[in-house]
Amino acid sequence: MSGSDGIRQVRLVAHFPGVNNTTVWSDPRSRSQIDFSSFEELARTAERGRFDYFFLAEGLRLREHQGRIHDLDVVGRPDTLTVLAALSAVTANLGLAGTLSTTYNEPYELSRQLATLDHLSGGRAAWNAVTSSDAFTGENFRRGGYLDHTDRYERAASFVRAVRAFWDAAGTGRAAVHRDRFFDIEAVPTLPRSPQGRPVVIQAGDSPQGRDFAAAGADVVFSRHGGFEAGRAFYDDVHRRLAAHGRGDDELLILPGVTYVLGDTPAEAEERARAIRYQQVSGATAIRFVEQVWGRDLSEYDPEGPLPDVEPDLERVLTQGTAAARSTDRAALVERWRARAASEKLGIRDLVVEESARQTFVGTPEAVAGEIVRHVAERASDGFVLVPHLTPGGLDDFVDRVVPLLQERGALRADYTPGATLRENLGLAPRP
Amino acid sequence: MAHPLDRPLTLGVALDGAGGGFTAADHVRAVRLAEDAGLDFAALGDSLTGVSRPDALLTLAAVAPHTRRIGLVPTVTVTHTEPFHVSKAVASLDFASRGRAGWWVEVSRTGSDARAVGRRPTAPGEELWAEATAVADVVSRLWDSWEDGAEIRDTATGRFVDRDRLHYVDFEGPGWSVRGPSITPRPPQGRPPVVVRAEDDHALATAAVAADVVVVTSGTLGAVRERCLRVREEVAAAGRDRDGVFVLAEVRAHLARGGPGPDRAGAGLVHTGSPGALAEALLEWGRVVDGFVVGFGSTDEDLPLFTERTVPLLRESGVLREGDGPRTLRDRLGLARPDSRYGAG
Ligand SMILES: Cc1cc2nc3c(=O)[nH]c(=O)nc-3n(C[C@H](O)[C@H](O)[C@H](O)COP(=O)(O)O)c2cc1C
Repeated sequence: MSGSDGIRQVRLVAHFPGVNNTTVWSDPRSRSQIDFSSFEELARTAERGRFDYFFLAEGLRLREHQGRIHDLDVVGRPDTLTVLAALSAVTANLGLAGTLSTTYNEPYELSRQLATLDHLSGGRAAWNAVTSSDAFTGENFRRGGYLDHTDRYERAASFVRAVRAFWDAAGTGRAAVHRDRFFDIEAVPTLPRSPQGRPVVIQAGDSPQGRDFAAAGADVVFSRHGGFEAGRAFYDDVHRRLAAHGRGDDELLILPGVTYVLGDTPAEAEERARAIRYQQVSGATAIRFVEQVWGRDLSEYDPEGPLPDVEPDLERVLTQGTAAARSTDRAALVERWRARAASEKLGIRDLVVEESARQTFVGTPEAVAGEIVRHVAERASDGFVLVPHLTPGGLDDFVDRVVPLLQERGALRADYTPGATLRENLGLAPRP
Repeated sequence: MAHPLDRPLTLGVALDGAGGGFTAADHVRAVRLAEDAGLDFAALGDSLTGVSRPDALLTLAAVAPHTRRIGLVPTVTVTHTEPFHVSKAVASLDFASRGRAGWWVEVSRTGSDARAVGRRPTAPGEELWAEATAVADVVSRLWDSWEDGAEIRDTATGRFVDRDRLHYVDFEGPGWSVRGPSITPRPPQGRPPVVVRAEDDHALATAAVAADVVVVTSGTLGAVRERCLRVREEVAAAGRDRDGVFVLAEVRAHLARGGPGPDRAGAGLVHTGSPGALAEALLEWGRVVDGFVVGFGSTDEDLPLFTERTVPLLRESGVLREGDGPRTLRDRLGLARPDSRYGAG
């Protein structure tokens, strides 16, 4: 995974802007979140920047707040596989990665769809296997919310084994058979072996089970830990687990999701970053954030005024369809927010801006390129999933200004190897 | 030759097995032949197991960016799949093709499909098609679950969508339910056209309530004529305009080589002979149907003969649609774009 002069290669991923308040829709440059032209434009930009792959997230139910559909953020997404298949026809080298649930899909069908994508794209398919298990999402599916939270990774592991068994049986004429407490399935795969044989498998869960699931069999981890110290700790933890599973250090890549803001000077970058954070957190969004934490309707409060003096209702969860709603310690958060608002004299919106939306890399192109190379060189990560705040032009400045610097340093390919698969581009060992 | 018909023939091709390859380029080549000939749509069949072929919807999604006018109609089966996924996949093909998607509804009958998915055993045709009717209904409701204009981007209030224009569908199917709304906004056509092959009376029952385009599979002209009348009766019995659906005959053409000999039942009208003679036959058969879905003995060999020699003769006869500007599939078929059923107006 090193360039000719020994510098570690940076892996880059283009994340299509998500359905959350990171994505700014109020900016005049913001275009459609659903027209195919937006997906095509971002993919072409990523390919121009010699990125490894393009990434689509997924959420199978519209989020709700206080029992109503959340209306402040960008919403509306396509079918993941359909868009990736269409992108295969307008790109030549870029990997195409989709988030697809192991809970609301079935292994045979998904194995066939991913094999189709791998064929269509000449070996560029990747699958982010996520383990949704909430009954809220289940209401959109025949099965309903049938899966217990504690079973999610066992089913996911079984699911991935089944999918790989179907991929491995392709072209042999043999049936793959998979029987356990989750599945009783068998089929003779009908497609020939796809160019990668096994498309790349990505994992994005943070719990100990999630990390073990990644260490046992994923090719890439999409992590939350973009900061240097947190990144180092996560990297070490997952690599310990990797060794325990008998896998080598170069068999799993760790790519944290990060945001960035560029400026001609450090001060200009800081100023732009702050302006973007205020775009991301409108007054209405700030109130919703505080409502989530407080578990109360706070629509009467002024976003420019002080935090509510009423006590939070910690029993109530107002938001459905987001992972964060379940996992945070809200009592501690309320205490910390109150202390900070008091000492820094912050109103609600100012506080939420300070607390929730700081970008990972803020600086000149030289500084950002330097940070990226440092994180990778010192094994805080193997590269990054860049999450832009604008659709579809949000990576333009990165590709124009940071990519050439990474290339000059020998940390990023100057060009793709013609005909290489995604697995080959990522430097992952070929699968049997 | 004078125009012998009172409305243009609708002409689609079934491309199963085209190209023999699995890359996007293989399929783009075949669909472009059909597009350049000015055909209305290209259909691609699908089944989970049995025949070696790729996922049809994903394959046509890869064709979409390289075509501009032709309708793209994949088979998407409903027996072992999730209606929620089916709905957003067809909607997304409609976005990728800028309004040219259709959906050919099929059921899965085989034990090998059932064992591959492992969720349920095989079931009789009547049960499968009754469920298909329910799936077609909920898929269409999910397409409608975002009203047009639900996305408002109102900076004054900070609202991206008007949630009063997003709707739960709360659909109850046989043994399952779907809450909605879709995660995908309403597709460009509102409701992409639905195709059902009325191969037996159970499928016909689904076609009568759900299809915009009904494909009949009888093997003789007389039987096709009778079947067409039957389709229109059933459509009327379902409370719809009997002339509001397109009835197309399935045709299998063997142009480059001889046919398969005595034909199997249910294979549609069979033509074995020259491309010119096929044009004559279609003009004759076109008196009893609205058009054709033409499949081929060998797609690689027969499709170019069809597009280069048969279609120009039909065009000269004035029975095909004229004009080739970029259009949606609904526009092409002359189907109005429906408003969402959940709209206030
Ligand atoms: C960076 C990151 C991105 C994720 N993206 C998605 C997503 O797009 N869709 C989804 O359903 N879950 C997503 N997840 C959720 C995880 O896959 C997983 O289901 C969830 O974190 C619960 O698992 P855990 O308890 O191991 O964290 C993401 C998680 C992380 C850390």
